[in-house]
Amino acid sequence: MQADEVLAPATGRRGDALAERLMVIDPATGRLLDRRIADLPELLREGDLLVLNDAATLPASLRATGPMGEPMELRLAHARDDGAWDVALFGDGDWRTRTEHRPAPPSVGVGEALLLGDDLRALVEAVSPVSSRLVTVRFSLSGDAFWRRLYQLGRPVQYAHLQGALALWDVQTPVASRPWAMEMPSAGRPLSWALLERARSRGVALATVTHAAGLSSIGDEALDARLPWPERSEVPQATVEAVTACRARGGRVVAVGTSVVRALEGRAERSTGAGLLEAGSAVTGLVIGEGFSPRVVDGVLSGMHEPGSSHFALLTAFADAALLHASLRFASSRGYLQHEFGDSALVLA
Amino acid sequence: MNIEGLRIVITGAGAGLGRALALALGRRGARVALVARTAGALEAVAAEVAAAGGEGHAIPGDVGDKEAIHRIAAQAMAALGGVDVLVHNASTLGLVPLRPLADTECEALERALAVNVLGPFRLTRALLGPMRLGGDALVLMVSSDAAVEAYPTWGAYGASKAALDHLARIWSAELDGHGVRVVTVDPGEMDTAMHADAMPDADRASLASPTDVAERFVEIIRHAGSIPTGQRVAAQGFSAGVCS
Repeated sequence: MQADEVLAPATGRRGDALAERLMVIDPATGRLLDRRIADLPELLREGDLLVLNDAATLPASLRATGPMGEPMELRLAHARDDGAWDVALFGDGDWRTRTEHRPAPPSVGVGEALLLGDDLRALVEAVSPVSSRLVTVRFSLSGDAFWRRLYQLGRPVQYAHLQGALALWDVQTPVASRPWAMEMPSAGRPLSWALLERARSRGVALATVTHAAGLSSIGDEALDARLPWPERSEVPQATVEAVTACRARGGRVVAVGTSVVRALEGRAERSTGAGLLEAGSAVTGLVIGEGFSPRVVDGVLSGMHEPGSSHFALLTAFADAALLHASLRFASSRGYLQHEFGDSALVLA
Repeated sequence: MNIEGLRIVITGAGAGLGRALALALGRRGARVALVARTAGALEAVAAEVAAAGGEGHAIPGDVGDKEAIHRIAAQAMAALGGVDVLVHNASTLGLVPLRPLADTECEALERALAVNVLGPFRLTRALLGPMRLGGDALVLMVSSDAAVEAYPTWGAYGASKAALDHLARIWSAELDGHGVRVVTVDPGEMDTAMHADAMPDADRASLASPTDVAERFVEIIRHAGSIPTGQRVAAQGFSAGVCS
């Protein structure tokens, strides 16, 4: 990564989201435009479809103590179908320390338990062969009781580039529905209802998927090299129909966020029927990068992502890496900010 | 709306009208998320809803507390997967015994506004995504004739309910055509603990029972499609599609 491609981090929530910057990247012409989020409806065409991730964000960071009473942090990573959770473990400390500088967690073995609060136990059922920091646990509470304790004990996952602790409302997008995401599906964060309605009044259709956006960094080389991990998502029938109708009328399917790309393309990859997509829920392990040919998605609205990240790699399926590098240099020169409260990019031909 | 299988969030569900409504809906097979401050009472109501044939989820929380709102919304979404009806029934008088404004501490008015106005505003916003995306949701604001009439000593409560009524009108105007209907309901005088707090000397025999009023609410939900959004209806005068 070149120094002139590095964007400063947005250190927290800013004022008017509509005034945030929007880098428009046209992969067909190579043209770059410096615009504002408020311009999004005019950058779309009648007949286009915006697909949003409606996952609400969980308070996925929990203080815990290890088998010998060691203080540690547990971050929810993935909800398994059988009720168990994959979780990432961190040593003592919190988000204020960069993840790669966090002390290692105590090693825990199958059959041992972590304690959260005074009554929630997480029994270790499996330890990942990749890293002992990734374990599968089963909580001692389930159903309503589990959710109640989770929301009493948990805090949003956040990283050292932020200046203050996040509240739960800071990490919800306007369309937030079921609590599935470990981190905010942040591409949808600046899209206010007024903006979405303005797009709709211009003939842009809206649809949603629910995608359990996972952790973006662990600070463990072996684990981070394998990001993004498998994530679950649900594509409703209405969205399958909206995608089909959009393509039939020659519109463009624009994914709001890399999680939506993963949900739709992961679903298309598994589709066995005559249609491009099938409704339903599934876990996708699809990793999208350079050379991947999207079957469903034509363009992506996303944050500003640095080279080397899995998000940047995903964007190379939609635009040349050289153009993306150029867009970062342009964005840097214009003072764009990065990370979840930062500015956005629209990659769309 | 067909009540069976309907996903309904009710605040103030631990007692009075909220509890009676939860039971009336549960009997008809609704899936109900119950919100109130006291976990014990709420769990008892959830068990009663389940025993009546519905699905009850206890979500302890104070709608007057900003910190509690997203927790409540997320737990309701985790339990129900979506929201078809949101009933803002939780409410406070501010301070009892009631007293003239001249003797009302500002904290009593602040508490009434927090629970009766900000709570419904915040919870509506927190659940707006699923309601708006679902395309066919109903928000019921439980109001009072104290929102309309200037009853002496009801200042904190009356002013907050008047604000709630107006909030409901603006929500309904903004959401008209966007999949969310907003209806304000005046339940009328009921024999509840809140009524006893406000008017300890009232003749209880003259008051409607919450159970009977809850049946009127069920009718309102059932026939919501024929009530214009933004309408204010009197529960006790409501019967099958006729607004009094």
